[in-house]
Amino acid sequence: MKDKIAEKLLLFIAFSAIGSLLLITFFIFQQGIPLIFKIGLGNFFSMHWSPTRGQFGILSMIIGSLMVTVGALIVGIPFGLACAIYLAEFSSKMVQKTLKPIIELLAGIPSVVYGFIGIVILVPFIRTHFGGPGFSVLASSIILGIMILPTIVSISYDSLIAVPNTYREGSYALGATKWQTVVKLLIPAARSGIVAGIILGMGRAIGETMAVIMIAGNALKIPHSILDSVRTLTSTIALELGYATGDHRAALFACGAFLFIIIITLNIIAIRITGRRE
Amino acid sequence: MPKIVIDQLSLFYGQNQVLKNVNLEVYEKEILGVIGPANAGKSSLLRAINRLYEINYARISGKIRLDGEDIFDIPVNDLRRRVGLIFATPVVLPGTIFKNMSYGLKLYRKIKKQKLNDTVADALQAANLWEEVKDRLYESASTLSGGQQQRLCIARTLAMNPEVIMMDEPCSGLDPISTAKIEATMLELKKIYTFLLVTNNTKQAARTADRTAFFLDGELIEVDKTEKIFTNPADARTDDYIRGRFG
Repeated sequence: MKDKIAEKLLLFIAFSAIGSLLLITFFIFQQGIPLIFKIGLGNFFSMHWSPTRGQFGILSMIIGSLMVTVGALIVGIPFGLACAIYLAEFSSKMVQKTLKPIIELLAGIPSVVYGFIGIVILVPFIRTHFGGPGFSVLASSIILGIMILPTIVSISYDSLIAVPNTYREGSYALGATKWQTVVKLLIPAARSGIVAGIILGMGRAIGETMAVIMIAGNALKIPHSILDSVRTLTSTIALELGYATGDHRAALFACGAFLFIIIITLNIIAIRITGRRE
Repeated sequence: MPKIVIDQLSLFYGQNQVLKNVNLEVYEKEILGVIGPANAGKSSLLRAINRLYEINYARISGKIRLDGEDIFDIPVNDLRRRVGLIFATPVVLPGTIFKNMSYGLKLYRKIKKQKLNDTVADALQAANLWEEVKDRLYESASTLSGGQQQRLCIARTLAMNPEVIMMDEPCSGLDPISTAKIEATMLELKKIYTFLLVTNNTKQAARTADRTAFFLDGELIEVDKTEKIFTNPADARTDDYIRGRFG
């Protein structure tokens, strides 16, 4: 009897978690989608965002989000992969046991702290050494690249470790060096996990808000260089939702819906890729 | 001169000594069978010779010479090319049959496409696998049967043009027909290569080996002509093992 009650209770709790996800999804789309139909897809994906004049084109923010995300990947992938490879293949058990939790700890640092470090150190550095306002695509890319490291490192590490040891021995027995084994055998064998890690990291980079607001500069224009400031989709929502009303508010929800679709798609791709491996 | 000379070889995993002062010679173009119960140190012996023990953080003392040269004076990758190792469970690498065959070849020098194709075909023929796979070279190697996979591993090692081929219970997971094919391959290849065959199947040693070494608890008990070992061994423990009284 007690078991039955516990089971039902757990079932209810489990479903309420899924239920809230469904509710959020429904709410975002219900608030945002009508506006897209009202102004038309063409206008929604145009350059002009000027809520006071009823213009809700999100193209410059899409480009902003895209540049920052690609930048984050350019910073995060080489460092993340190198780190995962070192931990999985070249370091001793002791080093692995110490370093991996520390890297995972990076994920626990609040994003506002990353933003703060960006403002205090990175932005002035870029301003004095490379020119421009400092608040830029470059600064955001570097900070976001560091923020997605834990995701890329831990998923890539796990999939490298999961490659059977017999492969390594087989490769060495054929006269391969350690480096050849890593490049020609282990990375291809762990490819799906590594790609999944990168895609999840990409999802994090697109969705990150606080740190980007603090260091991207938030100028509403299409950037011409990585030293220009940009505004991302997430920043726009966070910056404007406080005072937005009517269509403006609906347009911000439409941005949210658009982001939601991108991130869900990325996650589904990541799950598919990892699922195929098993 | 013997192909391989093993002199006072001991091998340790941490505090655990798995080979104890082994002295053994392997002659050119013979099949040397290595038999003995579990934990006799048979696999460790093979892993000492191609220095694969190093990746498991083991250490050795004593000397091993290949053609008179200390194996520690040979670059480890060259050593492993010259002394191939076939594992108990076939280690088929992910990817196609052709990719498995070309993996080792592409590691150490640039090789022209035509030469690569020829080498792969020759090696597959030598391993008696060519007829079965020639039309499916670009299929995944994991679609092959266990016996075919093991012959693929042999072919892959042959493609490296080794001098010595070491086999670690190569037929342990295989049916009698696959086993017979691999034994036939070995007997043919003996004309060109030197073989070290570790086997748990004493009958396999009796069928194929020229000489047989009996190991027990990390010690080499005796080594002699296979016929002598199986009919009139010098040590009573060898006799007991062959007659199935232990192990």
